[in-house]
Amino acid sequence: MISADSLSQKLINQFPETNFDISEYRGEITIQFPKKIVIDLCKFLKYDSELEFLLCEDITAIDWAKRKERFTVVYHLYSFKNNLRLRFKTNIDESEQSGGKAGYSIDSVTSVWQAANWQERETYDMYGINFKGHPDLRRMYMPEDFEYYPLRKDFPLMGIPGSIPLPKK
Amino acid sequence: MGLESLFKESGFFTTTIDALVAWSRKSSVWPMPMGISCCAIEMMAVADPKYDIARFGSEVMRFTPRQCDLMIVAGTVTYKMAPVVRKIYDQMPEPKWVIAMGACTATGGIYRTYSVVQGIDQFVPVDLYLAGCPPRPDNLLNALIAIQDKIGRTKAADFKNAELPELNEIQNN
Repeated sequence: MISADSLSQKLINQFPETNFDISEYRGEITIQFPKKIVIDLCKFLKYDSELEFLLCEDITAIDWAKRKERFTVVYHLYSFKNNLRLRFKTNIDESEQSGGKAGYSIDSVTSVWQAANWQERETYDMYGINFKGHPDLRRMYMPEDFEYYPLRKDFPLMGIPGSIPLPKK
Repeated sequence: MGLESLFKESGFFTTTIDALVAWSRKSSVWPMPMGISCCAIEMMAVADPKYDIARFGSEVMRFTPRQCDLMIVAGTVTYKMAPVVRKIYDQMPEPKWVIAMGACTATGGIYRTYSVVQGIDQFVPVDLYLAGCPPRPDNLLNALIAIQDKIGRTKAADFKNAELPELNEIQNN
């Protein structure tokens, strides 16, 4: 079994120049990390022989609305080897996109876990976070031509009237 | 029982064409099971031996709209699903009737949110709203009887001027 202490020691050895914020609550480990190392970190967590977080259970996001770093992307992993769940998350702010358009983006982890494909699509659909390098970043639930992101805090509960056309009666 | 009770000694009776057609229509309503969510489970229960929709001549649930007269919309209709429901409704031959089964279909129900159509009467004509969340199977049978009453009151003239939808209009929807 891996404890929070030994896990943090392994991470510090592997990424000596990175600031991690590791906390443990009721046996569940949470890691806060800077977004630029997301792929390296995921590869390490999956392929390290002592950790082997093979299952990517969930990827989702939190909209903080008024914070400068508006979104938090949250990953949930499971290690069969250690029977251990791990939550790690990173804050993202509005950054420059290709084409000069501002937006929220983070690197896709589909190259590490295939399961991340649909989970990242869902997060893109609901929050408008662009996962760079995703093979097929289309909407999951909403119609393809929908222009808004429903789980953002500035989206009204009843939607934008007329944004999804109904058939004529 | 039924028609033969009307026969006197000679085996003849007089009626109108309208009455005969309406009687035969209402006695063999073929439903289109538009089962979208949990109401569909109750709709399936209606077909089982306990409730037995066959007693009312409607056991032939057709999974093609071309052979149906009655669409039972059973479940939450989202905005994304709405064009599909409308397209299937358009594919049904005239004359046709619609039951909006359950609270979600009639009004949006508990889903007062951006993704759910707040009542399917916004895009298809509804003949009967069926309350319940979900309605019990006997409640659906009651709705079927009410639809049969409605069909029984129709005349040929009611359908005379019914507009046929243009083919390209259906495809665009």
